[in-house]
Amino acid sequence: MSAVLPEAQTPSQPAISRRSLISGAAATGGTLVIMSTAPEATHAAEIAAPPVLGPGALAIVLRVNDVQRPVTVEPCATLAEVLRGPLRLTGTKIACNRGACSACTVWLDGHPVASCMILAVDVGPRAVITIEGLARGGTLHPVQEAFIAHDAVQCGYCTPGMVMSCAALLDHAPHPTPAEVQQAISGHLCRCGTYNHVIAATLAAAATGRG
Amino acid sequence: MSDPAPLHTETFPFGIVGVELGGVARQVSADEPPPLPPNAALAVIGKPVARIDARAKVTGAAIFTVDIAPPGLLQAALLRAPLPHARVRAIDTGAAARHPGVRAVLVVAGAGTILRYVGEPVAAVAATTPAAAAEALRLIRIDYAPLPFVVDLGTAQQVDSPPVYPAGQRPPLTGAEISVAHDLPMVGNVRGPARQGSRGDVARGFAEAAVTIEGAYRTQVQTHCCMEPHAIVADWRAEGLTVWMSTQFTAGVRRELAREFGLKLSQVRVKVGAMGGGFGSKSSLAPYGRIAVALSRQTGAPVRLVHTRAEEQLDTGNRPETWQRLRLGARRDGTLTAIDLLEYGTAGVGTGAGVGNFAEALYTCPNFAISQYDVFINAGRGSAMRGPGNTPGAFAMEQAIDELATRLGLDPLALRDRIDPSPVRREERRRGAARIGWEHRHPPGTDSGPVKRGIGMAQSLWGANVQTNTACEVRLLRDGSVEMLSSVQDLGTGSATILAQVVAEEFALRPADITVRIGDTDFPAGPPSYGSRTTASITPPARTAAWQVKQALFRVVAPVLGVTPALLALRDGWVMVAADPTRRLAFREAAGHLPTDQISAVAARSDDYGGFRRQMGDAASARTDLGGVHFAAVAVDTETGTIRVERVVAVQDCGRPINPRLIESQVQGGVLMGLSYALLENRVLDRPTGHVMNANLDHYKLVGPVDLPEIEVLVLENYQGCSATDAYGIAEPASIPTAPAIANAVFNATGVRLTTLPMTPSAVLAALAGRT
Repeated sequence: MSAVLPEAQTPSQPAISRRSLISGAAATGGTLVIMSTAPEATHAAEIAAPPVLGPGALAIVLRVNDVQRPVTVEPCATLAEVLRGPLRLTGTKIACNRGACSACTVWLDGHPVASCMILAVDVGPRAVITIEGLARGGTLHPVQEAFIAHDAVQCGYCTPGMVMSCAALLDHAPHPTPAEVQQAISGHLCRCGTYNHVIAATLAAAATGRG
Repeated sequence: MSDPAPLHTETFPFGIVGVELGGVARQVSADEPPPLPPNAALAVIGKPVARIDARAKVTGAAIFTVDIAPPGLLQAALLRAPLPHARVRAIDTGAAARHPGVRAVLVVAGAGTILRYVGEPVAAVAATTPAAAAEALRLIRIDYAPLPFVVDLGTAQQVDSPPVYPAGQRPPLTGAEISVAHDLPMVGNVRGPARQGSRGDVARGFAEAAVTIEGAYRTQVQTHCCMEPHAIVADWRAEGLTVWMSTQFTAGVRRELAREFGLKLSQVRVKVGAMGGGFGSKSSLAPYGRIAVALSRQTGAPVRLVHTRAEEQLDTGNRPETWQRLRLGARRDGTLTAIDLLEYGTAGVGTGAGVGNFAEALYTCPNFAISQYDVFINAGRGSAMRGPGNTPGAFAMEQAIDELATRLGLDPLALRDRIDPSPVRREERRRGAARIGWEHRHPPGTDSGPVKRGIGMAQSLWGANVQTNTACEVRLLRDGSVEMLSSVQDLGTGSATILAQVVAEEFALRPADITVRIGDTDFPAGPPSYGSRTTASITPPARTAAWQVKQALFRVVAPVLGVTPALLALRDGWVMVAADPTRRLAFREAAGHLPTDQISAVAARSDDYGGFRRQMGDAASARTDLGGVHFAAVAVDTETGTIRVERVVAVQDCGRPINPRLIESQVQGGVLMGLSYALLENRVLDRPTGHVMNANLDHYKLVGPVDLPEIEVLVLENYQGCSATDAYGIAEPASIPTAPAIANAVFNATGVRLTTLPMTPSAVLAALAGRT
């Protein structure tokens, strides 16, 4: 599955467990903690005694496509909503809004995540790369080039997320097998039926050796 | 409008390349361009040109309707019925209206209104943020009087079933692209029978039959699942209304808006940029569109309304559920003597749950009887969905024909060679059989292990549809740049790309030299993109307009080169004297001689050369239908019940193929949607509550990237001499035969026939155990 939180966390980056995400008591870089009123969260707060912020909007700074972006967000706003809304990075698409289709995939510290499943306030100092930040200047990522060459695009709505997962795969495994590509996009849905072309394109991009 | 131009006779390519390619004489108007030679003689048409909007789509730069955010944008949200059948006793929106973020509240279903399905709109709000809109919806107080309801096809047919519509009330007729008969009798929840298409005397036909087979088939509700939700941004201003909408028909939505809101067509502009998939459900304005526009009018601000995924599943349309009983009579040689089809289907609270013209028209048979009934249930309205009618129709008919072949001891291909009059499908069967390895097919039950392999095939039938109300403009500018303009939309099929190809071919330019401006009703009104009609409707006038502009350019340039215009030609970016290529001007230099900054031509879709088979209002059907044949190779695990589709060979025809790469992509999608329909998809209604149990993509199963079959696409070049491009659509015929091809392959593998969709592992195990 591509649509999961990265497992590796740096020491200064407390791990975000599913439990903490659900309870809303996730610490982000030690600077920001959001509390919910759930009893479970209150209990967690007594142990960790973090400062209480919210329920109103918060000023945070997101590092998106190598730029520090100050932004005011509701505690409940997902990363996908903040990218698409105040940050106007509409290349990231929302299709199911519950982590079932991976259309909203972006990178957090180089790992693909479903941005509809992470709160913006939980991102902390991690580097966010969106589809707009994948190309370097006018030079497309080899996966983007290959998607064009292999017509791995139809309506294009699932495409940004699909590109992000395939590009992340090549960053971590430059010479994947077809099964590994399938695995990398296994959380993605495409109603136009581009899957076979996406797999062919990603393998072709790998063959260029520039991935 | 000028008088009709005089007719003259031209000879057009005719026939299937690789079989027999000849010519056909047609009378054509002098306004029409000369015949286009077969693709082999062309530079750009018929070539795998890359999608012109691919770069924008892979970089996130493409702008979809959901991305449109004019200044001052308000967010709309809908409150939807929580009960499957209820009367609104009272509705109180006071607290919602007082919410500080709310700018407007609209009551959709006032006191006394009957709500007929879970998810039917009740009220709407427009607020400054999505969160404020959601909070405001929770402040609306409604007193519902629950009514008895019914959500399954079988129960709804019973005489004591709760009525979805009161006796005497005519249900609203629905279904763009699905023709719905008017004035049919209605008893309880059952409306029908519709008997259009019946012919001959089936009783006599069955009396003449040596073999009779009968079967009952069930198909489920499938939802469209466009990845971009249904979405609209409406901006009502004193000077006019601008709407961005994820729509399959900008020009049609403009007409609906003008009518609904009392505006002139010239005051309404509908736009769509990138469009995140359309499979039939985005064909009209729809209630949500009217609501968004009303909210914009009320607030004086732009309003955006985007469906959640749950709303998509509840209330944007779906492929209706069907039950079919099909009886065939045949002689020993396979000749059909009678076809008798009884069908009950449900499109929820809507109409249009028939099974099309598949059984009626695919095979030669003198006696055909059909009775189709719409059954109403308390569920979201059905709508056209990729190959409406014919997709469930094919699932029944193509299995029945397969069963007939088995009964007669005939090869299914040999039987079809006898009863299918189409020379196109005959060639498609031949090519597909060779590619799939049909000669290696073995009888059911040959495999000894638990995994049984088999090969099956099924055929397609779809009208070669044309929107005659279609126009476009081509402009040549003084610097040699070329624009093509129409309101036609590109759903992701590649319409913009093929238009660039067609215009580029005429000007001997590259597709990249053509600027295609579409998806905007400020341009000449284009066709809808449903019924597989975009290509057939818009490419002929695009070529005609380009050719007319070219003639105008020749008239300007002829004196410069010292010849008459008729002696000029365009080649490789040059205007030249055809007989003396040394006398030439670069295209850009030639355009520099234009007397004005631009010249342009607007062309409309002319009738097919030689006429249509059928014409109704703005739409028509070509004389020859579209075919298509799918072959599927499956492996059935008889211990787990899992069907794995290992290979699909899809052989298709669409007249002149304009871009084989885009066609291949669209056929891949058609096969996968058909496979997903065959094995996975099923909207589930809860009988005790009337709620949809799988209203998101985590529980509504779609085919994903794992366990994909290898899909091979073969496309015929089939010339009919019917228009300036002779090109037709591909979307729907490429999906219709997949499910029955898989079902027939499962029969070939196991000797067991699955007559209910989806063919889940539990259904397979039950069938293998004889519990169907």
